[in-house]
Amino acid sequence: MQNDAVLTMRGICKRFPGTMALNHVDFTLRKGEIHALMGENGAGKSTLIKVLDAQNAGISTVYQEITLCPNLTVAENMFIGRDPGKSVHWKEYEKRAAAILDGLGIPARPRQELSRCSLAVQQMVAIARAVDMKCKVLILDEPTSSLDEKEVEMLFKLMRDLRARGVGIIFVTHFLEQVYEVSDRITVLRNGELVGEYAVADLPQVELVAKMMGKDLNDLADLEQVGQKSLGGQEVVYDARGLSSSESRPFDFSIRCGEVNGFTGLLGSGRSESVRAVFGADRVTGGKVQIKGKTVKISKPHDAMTHGIGYLPEDRKRDGIIADLSVRENIILALQVMKGFFHPMSRSQMEKFADEYIQALQIKTASQDTPIKSLSGGNQQKVILARWLLTHPDYLILDEPTRGIDVGTKLEIQKLVLKLAEENMSVTFISSEIEEMLRVCSRLIVMRDRKIVGELSGDDLTQGHVMKTIAGGEQ
Amino acid sequence: MSAVKTERAAKRREPLTNTSLLMLISVCIFFFMYAAAIIFMGDSGFTKPQMFFDLLNDNAYLIIIACSLTIVMIGGGINISVGGVIGLTVMACALFLNGNGIENSFLSILLTLLLALGIGLAFGVGQGFLVSYLDIQPFIVTLAGMFLSRGLTTILSVNPVKVTHAGFLELVKTKIKIPWLGYTAQNGNLIPAKLEIGAVVALCVVVLMYVLLRYMRLGRHIYALGGNQQSALMLGINVRRARFSSYVISGVLSGLAGFIFLMHKPTGNASVAMRSEMDAIAASIIGGTLLTGGVGNVIGTFFGVMILATIQKIIGLSPLKESYWQDMTSGAMLGFFILLQSVVLSSRGKKMKLPDWMKIGAPKKTA
Repeated sequence: MQNDAVLTMRGICKRFPGTMALNHVDFTLRKGEIHALMGENGAGKSTLIKVLDAQNAGISTVYQEITLCPNLTVAENMFIGRDPGKSVHWKEYEKRAAAILDGLGIPARPRQELSRCSLAVQQMVAIARAVDMKCKVLILDEPTSSLDEKEVEMLFKLMRDLRARGVGIIFVTHFLEQVYEVSDRITVLRNGELVGEYAVADLPQVELVAKMMGKDLNDLADLEQVGQKSLGGQEVVYDARGLSSSESRPFDFSIRCGEVNGFTGLLGSGRSESVRAVFGADRVTGGKVQIKGKTVKISKPHDAMTHGIGYLPEDRKRDGIIADLSVRENIILALQVMKGFFHPMSRSQMEKFADEYIQALQIKTASQDTPIKSLSGGNQQKVILARWLLTHPDYLILDEPTRGIDVGTKLEIQKLVLKLAEENMSVTFISSEIEEMLRVCSRLIVMRDRKIVGELSGDDLTQGHVMKTIAGGEQ
Repeated sequence: MSAVKTERAAKRREPLTNTSLLMLISVCIFFFMYAAAIIFMGDSGFTKPQMFFDLLNDNAYLIIIACSLTIVMIGGGINISVGGVIGLTVMACALFLNGNGIENSFLSILLTLLLALGIGLAFGVGQGFLVSYLDIQPFIVTLAGMFLSRGLTTILSVNPVKVTHAGFLELVKTKIKIPWLGYTAQNGNLIPAKLEIGAVVALCVVVLMYVLLRYMRLGRHIYALGGNQQSALMLGINVRRARFSSYVISGVLSGLAGFIFLMHKPTGNASVAMRSEMDAIAASIIGGTLLTGGVGNVIGTFFGVMILATIQKIIGLSPLKESYWQDMTSGAMLGFFILLQSVVLSSRGKKMKLPDWMKIGAPKKTA
């Protein structure tokens, strides 16, 4: 059985500055199998694929974004760049392309311009090109993320055909159900380390999720409380029906005054995309939004801010801090934007505000004038938090506020969230750590594959329940 | 059974590609415009074939540099130095012809031609290297090339230089006569239609470049590069080399265009072919080349030049013959074409009521 391995990797390590992207990972791919590579974002899937792709020995990769030329024909896309001749033999290209497409049952015509094929067909043409290059290993990196159900079905049929021909396929996806529909075996990575390799039949969906998140399903230890959870009042502060953006599918969502709720799910399940839609950070494409019962239109962050919504973004370095500005300037930024640039604040006022919040949040900084980039991650996060608190929002969205922060500061932030809720601020809290969410949220919205699949509150707020809901399918 | 199906699928007529569609539009507009000119302005000479040949004769150099720009633009680049290179080539060649002192007239002219191509090649290689291998913006690089070539022209000579080389002047006068397309003058003499050598060369360039872009590996790589550079790289195309080649071809063609220009008007002058790079860009765009790259073809560009030339001829023969009217009409025409292109291209994706051959859509799924 071991002999029909087409690809064996042993003890793969890959170091990037500051992190170990892959740490002694083993991976085996057998002939004629579909092998799912699973893990949360940042687990090392992409790195592993890139390591593989660099080998260039009968390995072809089809990436999520189509890497073909839209302005060329289907046939040309299949042969360009690998035909050694100086001139182009259109007739021959078209004949060979027709034979390959027909053999694989791909509904594309050789002379069709690629831009006129659906995304699924374009993906299949890319696969056909790879197959014709006699690859033994085919890597499909998130091939289904922009396809509809029918197209996914077409792609799976093609994958099964190729498996029957003895091609080993590595299937990378974050859609759990698709893994169970088409794969034979699963390798799970977490934080750059190998969690294990399993046959699909031996690994129920719930356990897969637990493995990806690095939790033991039986580990239901009691969580120490950091404070009284806030259930919130009756008044609905924010209510969205069918809200959708360029990055998220339509969803319903609401939050009451003084409530702390949270979005949970695997990384990449669409939690951040949902709150970004609420804040108008991505292009909003539809839906009805009411704030305190009044219908409003939020299409850009400034709209959200004027309606009393604050948003602490997931990626602190990219969307949050302005590295070269001082702590003070970073703190007053949002308030200044809301006032408009024609109403500058006085220096003394800015200093007063900055002092107040540096004190209140116990931000450890040499002075107000220190550039924010010289602060530690936790203190940077507090500065951004101060920035939003200064605008006195009715509703604050915190996307991964505790990522990369030491335990002490984490607890401080959790306590702060509960205190804010006591003062009647509504908070949506997102974190990759379930314990943390269970500690501060009174209601959890569970997402899977970019859809809301459940809502948990009260006694259902246990790790086991949450994980089962994330995994879905069998209970 | 499946073989039959494959064959039928291959033979089925595909809807036009964007490249062919845009080209077809410009071809139609040219014929429509020329027909209108014949009908409404027939007495000013449009009925005579010579009028058409004159358009070719006068614009031979423009056809060549427009083709050179089309190639660069298909690859997603731009080259605004072509006019300057023509100016420099014309001046250098005029001085060389007058001053080389070589007895053999043929050898002298041949060396002049090589000089012209050499100047073009030097600019092409230099600019191509900067753009492709050092990743500098093509607009900036060729803007620098434009200033450099114009400056060099003035250094060579501030005053106009008239070619006095007897052999070359003979060549200038040489015209290909086509009697059966001539006309009978009032005194009863048959005046044959005349085509200059330059026009023939320009037509050859169009054909050669068409073949290069359509049937040579390099040409297809340039299309791929303009379509999506990242993808082209992933498909195993040597992107840098393809881009470099496009600039080299463009440079050499500019040099050739300079020589052809001198054969049409044998005088070197600091302001020769001023602004012609803009005309060439306009002609390419009217002919269906997209500035964003990946779409276009030199047949369309040829008709683009002819459309611009016809407009100028019509305006020149009409009561509004001032040059600003020509400019304004050309400008309006260019605007109209860009609008038309974007309307056609954007409407193709949508379910608009367009004729079938313009429609786009996912293939009918054969269940």
